[in-house]
Amino acid sequence: MIVSPRRKTARTAQYVALGCYLVFLGFPLLWMLSVSFKGPRELVELHPHLIPSQATLQNYRDALTQNDLPHSAWNSTKVATATAILTTLVGLPAAYVLARQKGLIARLGLGWILLSQMFPLVLIIIPLFLLLRQLHLTNSHIGLVFVYMVWTLPFILWMLQSYVRGIPRDLEEAAMVDGAGRLYVLRTVIAPLLAPGVVVTALFAFITSWNEFFLALVLLQTPDKTTLPLRLAQFVGIEGIPRLGPLAASALLATLPSLLLFTIIQRWLTRGLLSGAVKG
Amino acid sequence: MTTVPEPQPLLRLGRRGRAGVGLSSREALFLLVPAMVPILILSVAPLVRGIYLGFTDSRAGFGVKTHFIGIDNFRMLLHDNLFINSFKIGLIWAASVTAIQFCLALGLALLLSQPIRGRWLARSLALVPWAMPSVVVGIMWKLFFQPQAGVLNELLYRGHLPGSNIDWLSSFSWALPAIILVGVWAGMPQTTVALLAGVQGIRDELHEAAAVDGATTLQRFWTITLPQLRPVIVAITTLDFIWNFNSFGLVYVLTQGGPGHQTELPMLFAYNEAFKYGAFGYASALGDAMVVVIAFVLGFYLWGRLKEAS
Repeated sequence: MIVSPRRKTARTAQYVALGCYLVFLGFPLLWMLSVSFKGPRELVELHPHLIPSQATLQNYRDALTQNDLPHSAWNSTKVATATAILTTLVGLPAAYVLARQKGLIARLGLGWILLSQMFPLVLIIIPLFLLLRQLHLTNSHIGLVFVYMVWTLPFILWMLQSYVRGIPRDLEEAAMVDGAGRLYVLRTVIAPLLAPGVVVTALFAFITSWNEFFLALVLLQTPDKTTLPLRLAQFVGIEGIPRLGPLAASALLATLPSLLLFTIIQRWLTRGLLSGAVKG
Repeated sequence: MTTVPEPQPLLRLGRRGRAGVGLSSREALFLLVPAMVPILILSVAPLVRGIYLGFTDSRAGFGVKTHFIGIDNFRMLLHDNLFINSFKIGLIWAASVTAIQFCLALGLALLLSQPIRGRWLARSLALVPWAMPSVVVGIMWKLFFQPQAGVLNELLYRGHLPGSNIDWLSSFSWALPAIILVGVWAGMPQTTVALLAGVQGIRDELHEAAAVDGATTLQRFWTITLPQLRPVIVAITTLDFIWNFNSFGLVYVLTQGGPGHQTELPMLFAYNEAFKYGAFGYASALGDAMVVVIAFVLGFYLWGRLKEAS
């Protein structure tokens, strides 16, 4: 095929545009990576370079040994794991109903899911704070997990119900016509087909709780309870250019778990979030 | 996402009433209870109470009595310059971030739907902000904007461009544009994914037919791509606007609302009122005012959809 000159310019324009996008999306990340490998002397240099002249791992060592980062990481792991498990368990039966029922309850449920994404959190957090204070659950991981559970439930329900919808109803019907009870069908037919979707959903709940900042900022008060985003935000206050190295290293370390999990699930994630939403 | 076929549930409507498959109301209710109870106690009830608190003088301290004070908070809000300022900033921020983000994401989505080399990299990079804690995004851009050790000023200096001495995040005139740029970067994934799904949902025949008729790429974009994408575009920009209006963590890390109150978004203002000064009632009234703005945006969206349907 002969490529016309006009097509060729179009091609070139596309690659130039792609290049611009790559720089915009990737360069800030690259810079943070670069800073994380620079020693204090290089950081105060008047004209910094992208590639560190003397790359060092000292910042990562500092991040892991000072500032209680591992302790906050442990707190985050506990909270995010508990949230992921609890939310998925609580959401699963309801998601099944939302997917299989077309009645009023399902409509109300789906409407609530959409609406709940739009309220300013400040309206909910003040009464929640008052309620949890009464129950002595402020500054407590248990209280935070409950709040995270309710906060993640809307999109967890949304994802789970879209995965349930993906399972043909005929499978259930066939098994039931053969005389199997509902619970038996749920366990033997639905559960195995739904398992991958459930795992993706739980991991997504883990990531969102791992990353969450505002609710933790309001509900956790003492340093021994802080989660990673809170700890990192406290570092930001401590100014001084030489401290930027450890700050960058800590930020990258804190992102690693969620980035890894996200890479694993992203293919299924976009499908779960969008199916039905876009194609009607 | 391209390779995964859309799941096609073999739904047969009208067979719901048959024995076995349809859930009875009692069964449905039983299955819904585990999710419904926490939602009612920890989400719906607090929301209702939060809306009500806006009409009270609730304070943070223990054992302080709360009184109903009608619309006093709202009267105070209207005379509070910081409140007016925060809403102005919030609207400017939400509108700019949403608009810029939409243009960039649409371009990227169109690019990613083309068979060009290296698109996997752009696609993966576009998703990265989704997996990052907002605090880390804030830290990353703080490093970028650093007045001395930062890379932006170094690039400006090397390119002999003006502005290489600016402390971007502390500058009265530049702090807001700077955080808008960060907001755009942070929100790229959701917008791009939604638009990409929309672009891929357009049937190829439409483009082919137009190409046969001799339509140029630009003509096809205006007459096919954009009209076909309309529902997705309207939905995602509405959502983006609301999310951005409610945004908190990014700006908290980047500027804490400063310098002065130049970047104090409504949520930052509300957070300070509630948890720095303990004015729970006043902060809730502010939340109520935010709901009014959001309801307005949402109403506009629904009105448009209704008009389209009729």
